[in-house]
Order: sequence, then C-alpha cells, then structure tokens
Amino acid sequence: MAGSNKINITPPRWLLAELTYACPLQCPYCANPIDYAKHQSELDTEDWKRVLTQARKMGAVQLGFSGGEPLTRKDLPELVKHARGLGYYSNLITSGYGLTEEKIVQLKDAGLDHIQVSIQASTQELNDHLAGTESFQHKKEVAHLVKKHGYPMVLCVVIHRENIHQMPQILEMAEELGADYLELANTQYYGWAHINRDLLLPTKEQFEQAEQIAQAFKEKVAGKMKIYYVVPDFYEDRPKACMNGWGTTFLTIAPDGAALPCHSARELPGLDCPNVKDYSIEQIWNESKAFNFFRGFEWMKEPCRSCDEKEKDFGGCRCQAYLLSGDMYAADPVCSKSPNHHVIQEAIDSAKASALAENEKPLIFRNSKNSRLLS
Amino acid sequence: MHRLQWEEAQHKNVILYPEGMVELNHSSAEILKLCDGTRTLGQIVSDLEQIFATAGLADDITAFLEVALKNGWIQQN
Repeated sequence: MAGSNKINITPPRWLLAELTYACPLQCPYCANPIDYAKHQSELDTEDWKRVLTQARKMGAVQLGFSGGEPLTRKDLPELVKHARGLGYYSNLITSGYGLTEEKIVQLKDAGLDHIQVSIQASTQELNDHLAGTESFQHKKEVAHLVKKHGYPMVLCVVIHRENIHQMPQILEMAEELGADYLELANTQYYGWAHINRDLLLPTKEQFEQAEQIAQAFKEKVAGKMKIYYVVPDFYEDRPKACMNGWGTTFLTIAPDGAALPCHSARELPGLDCPNVKDYSIEQIWNESKAFNFFRGFEWMKEPCRSCDEKEKDFGGCRCQAYLLSGDMYAADPVCSKSPNHHVIQEAIDSAKASALAENEKPLIFRNSKNSRLLS
Repeated sequence: MHRLQWEEAQHKNVILYPEGMVELNHSSAEILKLCDGTRTLGQIVSDLEQIFATAGLADDITAFLEVALKNGWIQQN
C-alpha cells in the first residue's frame, strides 16, 4: 500500500451512484470504462439502499444518480425516495432519453432535487450524430419539462473539436431553454475520449476563442445563469486538483458495486477496488487498499514530492498519469514540471495532424460491440 | 433551488445546490434561518440582536444578506 495509516482521513461528501452501464446513447467521449461490457452485473435495490444509508451516515450529502443512463433502472424512484429520506441533495444525471413528463413528476414527488440534462450540440444533425441516436428534439422537450416542474435546470454540454465551433449557438440554446446552470465541460481524455482523442481534441486557437465567447456570456448572464466551466487541462501548465485529492471527498460506486475513488480508477492496475457486497462503506473508505493508495503525499515521486504546489493539486490526476506515461505514481504530464510533459504537445500535434488529414478516421462510438472488441 | 440543512457529520449548517455546497458558520446560519419570506430586514436585525443579546448588527447582517442575494441563497420580495 502506498498510503499510510497516519493520514487524517476526511469523510466522503459526494457520492456518485452509477446505477447501470446500460445506455441508449453512444457518445464517443463517454466516461465509462472501455471494457464496461465485461461488467454486466448490477447491484439490486436493497444493495443500493444500504450503500446510500452507509455513505450518508459517514457524511456524504451530494448524490448523483448516474450511469450509463440511470433512467433504465426501474427502481430509480424508490432509490430517490430513500435518498431524500436520508437527507441527500440528489441529482439525476441523464441524457433525457426515455424521460417523460409522468416520470419527471414521479421523481419530483419522490424527492429528487435537480436534473442535469446533457445535450451534445446545438443542432439536431450534430447532436444525433454524436449521441449515435436520434434524441435532439426530445432532449429539448425534456429541458422544458424539467423547468416546468420547478427543478433547477442544469444543462451539460461536453465540448470538443466536433462542436466547439458551435459555442455561440450552444450558449444561445442554454438561454432559450432557461437553464439555471450550464456546465460547459471541455472533454477530459479518459476512457472513450482517450481512444478518440485525435478526433476530439481542439486546437489551442479553437479553445481560446471558445473560452473567450463563454467568458463574455458568463458576464452577460451573471445573476441569472451560473456557468460551470471545466477547463481542458491539456492547455494548462499545471494539473487539476483531481477529485479534490484522492479519497478525501468523492466516492463512486460502479454498477456492479465496485467502490472507486474516482470514476476512472478502474483503469489503474493493482488497485483491487473493493466491492460494496463484501464490505461496508466505512470499511471501504477508511481501510481499503484502493482508497488509501494515493492519500497524503508519501506515494509521490519527484518532481511532486518536493514541489511547493503539491498541497494545491496533489500531483494532478493519477488516471491521466497512468494513461499518458504508463506510471500511475508519476506527476500528471499536464504539469510543465513533469519529465513527461512533452506527451501533451505530441497529443496536440497528433490531433491537429488528424484534423488536417484527407481521410480522417471515424469516431469509435461507445457501445457494447466496440467495448467487447477493445477489451 | 437551494436547501439549507443541518449536517450532523459536519456539525454545521450547509446550503446545498446543484453541484455545490457552502458550509455556514453559526451566525450566517442564524441569519438565513430568519429569511423565511415573512420577516422584514428590520425584523431580522432586531430578532438577531435579541438572540445574540447585542446591538449594532445591522451593517453586518445587511452585508451578509447582500452576499446571500448575489449567490441566489435568498430572494428579494
């Protein structure tokens, strides 16, 4: 174990409940693991209730019902009701696919606090292409219904090279739909986004232009709409403080019950992520190898170990370090102090070359067939 | 959209909203609890001065309420 028992362990605050990997959409930047098709089994209703109860008791209060598409779980209203009874502030993170007015009302009655609807682009053609499913019109209707029934409306748009040119129209759409919160999430290159990176990573110029437009809009709608802007860390010279530090704040439970310190942690070798069927949340959080692995600073190598910024960014993201350098103990290569920092420029150059190539290879969509082929 | 609640694990009142949480100190929580849509600013000030057995809180309370309003924690009728 890389961590140490002497570290002061803070309780979880955010729980991400990935109810299922099933999803009618096929977004090529999906955050689910590439090999998700291997993990078919799902926790049952009683397992989830126990997880919610145990995590709440430890102090978790923000709860996201996610997936896959969480609406494919028939017991969602029951879980929402259980969560509300425990005092969670709960969020349904959905593609909107399959969400009817009846269901929106049912979930409201069960105590759901807000709904985050994702839209892939500002036009039907691009949205439906990226989602791999005809869904644009329905998503817009869902956004209206979410508003109509008094939920705060959180619109989420993942930004990448295929839609970054639509930034002005995306912002216009958010205003038109009456979004209270708009999450502009520049793609993070893990999982499916990692294998599609050459096709998704924008150029620095594209990114800077889009950011400028988003910034001006943010000022214009201040007080009416709150914008969460997720920066694309490939164009930063310091890494993000991933997960607010490993095992300090965030707890993800995967559909099969695997407990993860972040939703990508399954990709890291040798972590032996514990399962909620075998252990309580308290045991998992406090005692498991996986959750103690990167707690504190003892696990760090140089240049992180002696870096005066380590308490600010915790050496960046472990999954990104592993994906880009093959070493999960290394500094996140996004950091300009990392000896592997050149891989970032290489990724940027490779994406640019791909954009200029005559026959650009096609996107690999997230579906079970591709998952089995790739794992 | 925002929910104020006591968190036993943290021994604190918190405001919960989409994607966020603000931890409140004791006096901030006491001010917000009185923002129930029925009291005027004057009443809130005098009630709090009574609770804390002190005077001259008007400026501090007004400053805090301006922050709360700007963040959408409260609404102005």
